[in-house]
Amino acid sequence: MDKIRESILTKSHASKLERRGKIISFMCLGGICLIVLAIFIFIAYRGLATFTSDHVSIFKFLGGTKWNPEVTENGHPLVGALPMITGSFLITILATLLALPFAIGTALMMTDITPKMGTRILQPVLELLVGIPSVVYGFVGLTVVVPFMRSIFGGSGFGILAGTFVLFVMVLPTITSMTVDALKSVPKDYRSASLALGATRWQTIYKVVLRTATPGILTAIVFGMARAFGEALAVQMVVGNAALMPTSLVAPASTLTSVLTTGIGNTVLGTVQNDALWSLALILLLMSLAFNLAIHLIAKRGELKR
Amino acid sequence: MNAKRYDKLATGLLYTIAGIVVLILLLLLGFIIIRGLPQLSWSFLTTPSRAFTAGGGIGIQLFNSIYLLILTMLISMPIALGASIYLNEYAKPGKVTSIIRTMIEILSSLPSVVVGLFGFLLFVVQFGLSFSILSGALALTVFNLPLLTRSIEDALKSISNDQRNGGLALGISKWETVTKIILPAAVPSIVSGLILSAGRVFGEAAALIYTAGQSAPALNFANWNPFDIDSPLNPMRPAETLAVHIWKINSEGIMPDSSAVSAGAAAVLIIVVLIFNLLARWIGRLLFKRLTAGS
Repeated sequence: MDKIRESILTKSHASKLERRGKIISFMCLGGICLIVLAIFIFIAYRGLATFTSDHVSIFKFLGGTKWNPEVTENGHPLVGALPMITGSFLITILATLLALPFAIGTALMMTDITPKMGTRILQPVLELLVGIPSVVYGFVGLTVVVPFMRSIFGGSGFGILAGTFVLFVMVLPTITSMTVDALKSVPKDYRSASLALGATRWQTIYKVVLRTATPGILTAIVFGMARAFGEALAVQMVVGNAALMPTSLVAPASTLTSVLTTGIGNTVLGTVQNDALWSLALILLLMSLAFNLAIHLIAKRGELKR
Repeated sequence: MNAKRYDKLATGLLYTIAGIVVLILLLLLGFIIIRGLPQLSWSFLTTPSRAFTAGGGIGIQLFNSIYLLILTMLISMPIALGASIYLNEYAKPGKVTSIIRTMIEILSSLPSVVVGLFGFLLFVVQFGLSFSILSGALALTVFNLPLLTRSIEDALKSISNDQRNGGLALGISKWETVTKIILPAAVPSIVSGLILSAGRVFGEAAALIYTAGQSAPALNFANWNPFDIDSPLNPMRPAETLAVHIWKINSEGIMPDSSAVSAGAAAVLIIVVLIFNLLARWIGRLLFKRLTAGS
């Protein structure tokens, strides 16, 4: 009697294993979430120190055009982040605008014009472009794009335009492959119906396919912008690293990421100069969040339309 | 008639655009291979680099990159595996799950330089690991986890539910069904995702500058005791990787033959990434064969 009772009331080996497995796998997942929280807490803690312990006004930080943390003016260090913010946004927007027609064109080739050639040639081309490490893009930019800019526009060749060309190639595969997904999700009936009405292929693409796929293409654009905004080394190598307000596209400028990569190693943790850099990192983090939010909003609106 | 002309014009334009994209890749690859291949030799791949004179190699950096890659994979693989098993097999759809998914999405979209800076604050400063291979591997793990988790989850998702029901019908627990039936079936696509992420990790530099450091101290390749300071296996030594090396010599500009060295190093990076890509593709095809021929 006792043995049966015991076997019913105690847990079997399998159920213990089940419990253990569930707990372990949950801990892995929890660990990842903890990392995400830790990233925000750590960067925010450092980044806010500029405003709390160094008493820099947040408006002066975001709106100031002079970045020279070593110099203090009226008791406050010169930490105006506007040059870097402008540089980052300019490069991001220009690169995305330049990449957009190429991305949509390539995606259309893959879905509507020659799907066979698309999967056999264009798909591997995009995968290779994604796979090339960013420092290699930076190196090619430095040895090809920058001298090219120099020979055309004079000056040093470093600047926002050089960064734009490098980033253009880097965001192209991201935008293209996501646009392909968006175009593929347009039902085939739409295309058939349009063709049956007598529309040409281009009319079908322009008036039906692209319009139906607009939310998806917008998501692709935001993804591309997020990648461009956060790219550090490739941009840093060609942008010229001068923390000045950009006055021309071919003059040395800087971005949030470029100042961060060059600056963190040259400042001491806990000083004003260092805190200001962490504030730039915080901006980068918040922008990444904003891009994420935008993607969610676009997805929600796209759903409502359907 | 006009519509037809437009159609032809647009088609021609689209062909041109696709041609330009292919041309960009060919020029890129061609440039790197043509500039880089002549640099490649056994001595270039094995000798240490020289900071101020020409003729240095990339031996230590290459070793560091490989060692860092292996360590990163060893750390991130089990975590990603556990997380994706929970997400795909145990998690019930609901608010908590969707928040967790959003968090993973946010992590995957964070700029790698931010991940590197976080690694610097937490591993290098807070944990006192200083600039070391271990700090670098941990930072790369943070960078790698979201993508690896997603790719393993996709692999698990692609296994048919019949297999799960079959396992449960046999009376074995869910955990055993996952580990003994689902995981083995998903191995080929998990491996192919693993290799693709390895390619990304191998070329990553921004997350490493302030975690694994930018210096490559001399190593004694006869000493394999991981606790000695000059041992290649010591995880507590600073380690500049190949990608960081390219960045550093180009932005410093004190090495006289930096352009040649970076061309060679870039060629090595590209070739490794190419090999990873082909391997992943080959394994993907293997999976396809297994699924269709059922051998």
